[in-house]
Amino acid sequence: MSTNRPSEELTSTAGAHASDVPERFVDPGLEPHPVRLADRSPEGAKRVERQVVGVLLISILASIGGIVGFFLIPVGTTLMDVRLSTLVLGLGLGLGMLGIGVAAVHWAKALMENAERVEKRKPVLSSPEVREEAVEQLTTGIEESGIARRPVLKGALVGAAALAPLPFVVPLVGGLSETWDVNKFRHTAWGDVPDGTGGRLPDGTMGRRLATDPEGRPIRAADVTIGSAFAVIPHGLPDEENYLEEKAKAVVFMTRIDPNELTVSPERRDWSYDGIIAYSKVCTHVGCPVALYEQQTHHLLCPCHQSTFDLANEAAVVFGPAKRALPQLPITVDTEGYLVARSDFHEPVGPSFWERER
Amino acid sequence: MKALAASRRHRLAPVVLLLLALILTGVAYSAVTSEPATAQTASQEEIEEGEALFRSNCSTCHGLDAQGTDLAPSLVGVGAASVHFQVSTGRMPMANNSPQAERKDPQMNEEQTAALAAYVASLGPGPAIPSADQVDPEQGNAANGMELFRANCSMCHNAVGAGGALTEGKVAPPLDEATPTQIWEALRTGPQSMPIFNEAAITDQGARDVIAYVMEQREVDPGGISLGNLGPVSEGFWVWIVGIGGLIGLAVWIGARSS
Repeated sequence: MSTNRPSEELTSTAGAHASDVPERFVDPGLEPHPVRLADRSPEGAKRVERQVVGVLLISILASIGGIVGFFLIPVGTTLMDVRLSTLVLGLGLGLGMLGIGVAAVHWAKALMENAERVEKRKPVLSSPEVREEAVEQLTTGIEESGIARRPVLKGALVGAAALAPLPFVVPLVGGLSETWDVNKFRHTAWGDVPDGTGGRLPDGTMGRRLATDPEGRPIRAADVTIGSAFAVIPHGLPDEENYLEEKAKAVVFMTRIDPNELTVSPERRDWSYDGIIAYSKVCTHVGCPVALYEQQTHHLLCPCHQSTFDLANEAAVVFGPAKRALPQLPITVDTEGYLVARSDFHEPVGPSFWERER
Repeated sequence: MKALAASRRHRLAPVVLLLLALILTGVAYSAVTSEPATAQTASQEEIEEGEALFRSNCSTCHGLDAQGTDLAPSLVGVGAASVHFQVSTGRMPMANNSPQAERKDPQMNEEQTAALAAYVASLGPGPAIPSADQVDPEQGNAANGMELFRANCSMCHNAVGAGGALTEGKVAPPLDEATPTQIWEALRTGPQSMPIFNEAAITDQGARDVIAYVMEQREVDPGGISLGNLGPVSEGFWVWIVGIGGLIGLAVWIGARSS
């Protein structure tokens, strides 16, 4: 046979061992039936039975132990009681079930009749008469329904079937977000100044004050000493609607670095105040909170994928999968000495999305 | 009363009255003024003892007058709290020049540490060692402490204070051995990589709350074995090696032929 040729060539190149390899392998048949301990003597069978009963007894005792433990150990006085109660209940339940399983497997393997039996496969193919009849019935059915002759009916049926799942799918997809307006990502709470949350700048405009997270105390510029770190949210944000959603976009990390160590590009000259800098805390990679700050190196790390940003150099990426620098919040002080945001972030915070320009 | 009235005209009366008034003013003044940064009562002998200790243990790196060298920063103005933190946790004197000074058994006893702290505090004002009242976990609200910890500390030190990795061999240490005093000092002085959390960032009551939260993490874990509270890595190792290994063992046993 032609299909055998490659294997023949293979055997001929195999050298001295080629003669040991038979032309075709023969079915080795069943392995010899093993004689087990339980088959050899009634004492052996008795011993296996005792083992199975023993394991089942352990299971029974464990289950009882678990129930007794539940009543004996009062929960709610100390944490140690909670821990002990959970441990006893878990051990009771676990050993109770594991014991049944182990006993069943051991019983089946060592004690149950294990003589091999051969059962031939039944043919899968139906007889030619049955198959012909089935085809005939289908053809008659299509003929009688008239679907081939009535295209409008066919089209209406396909249309109805395609539309039927939509009342389920559309709310499911639509409910993923209240709106599909991606411009939401371009705006954070720093851009709004509701009454009582802002401070007046020397030029007369209002800016939202920077406050501590989570208490919301406004921060004075004088309190931000060199090397100190502040988790910052917009002042008054906890009283607003959708507080957590807005906070998730507006969180800021603030510190003060010696102005001589800062690299500031000309267009950002008035974005910091005497070395006080504020950057979005949302990683530009996938949005984890970046706040592992090493004050000696001025590096800010993301805990998720170790993206590292250099705060002394406008939060440029120095390591990791993030591609963009953290957005900087332009800040200054108001007439009362509190830190305020000059404006919203100048670019969307957080990870990239489709409609972002870069 | 007659004796008092008679002594009013004694010639020493103005002097006595003046002395009484001075003492009263002094006591009243010390009562109303808040504790200054270097209020720890450091006697001259203590400062001198501290200076001697500094000369023999610290000056190689920090300079003979603690002015700092290429190897180590100046200690003028770091305050007693910083010294007490570094020395009582064994970080200073440093064992070798590694990326970060690690916690080890302290080399100085409590008195020597206090003397060193007094000496450095005498060089310039800085945060003082906190009083027992300032770091009392009993006065803190652990629930509020958890919120502060989550916003300010958990990124580096892990949600329950189990510690975590930083860059280039540096780590945020676990907090399971730190005393309330040391936690307070670390907050206010920002040792090594850690930034400073001053009273504007975390108030004095907030610091007590944080301490209360950290102390509460040391109580027994109701969830059983914590595996170091390090999250998915150690738990994954446990599942892959012990859990799946055990399942493979069971599968092999089920498939093996009985004797």
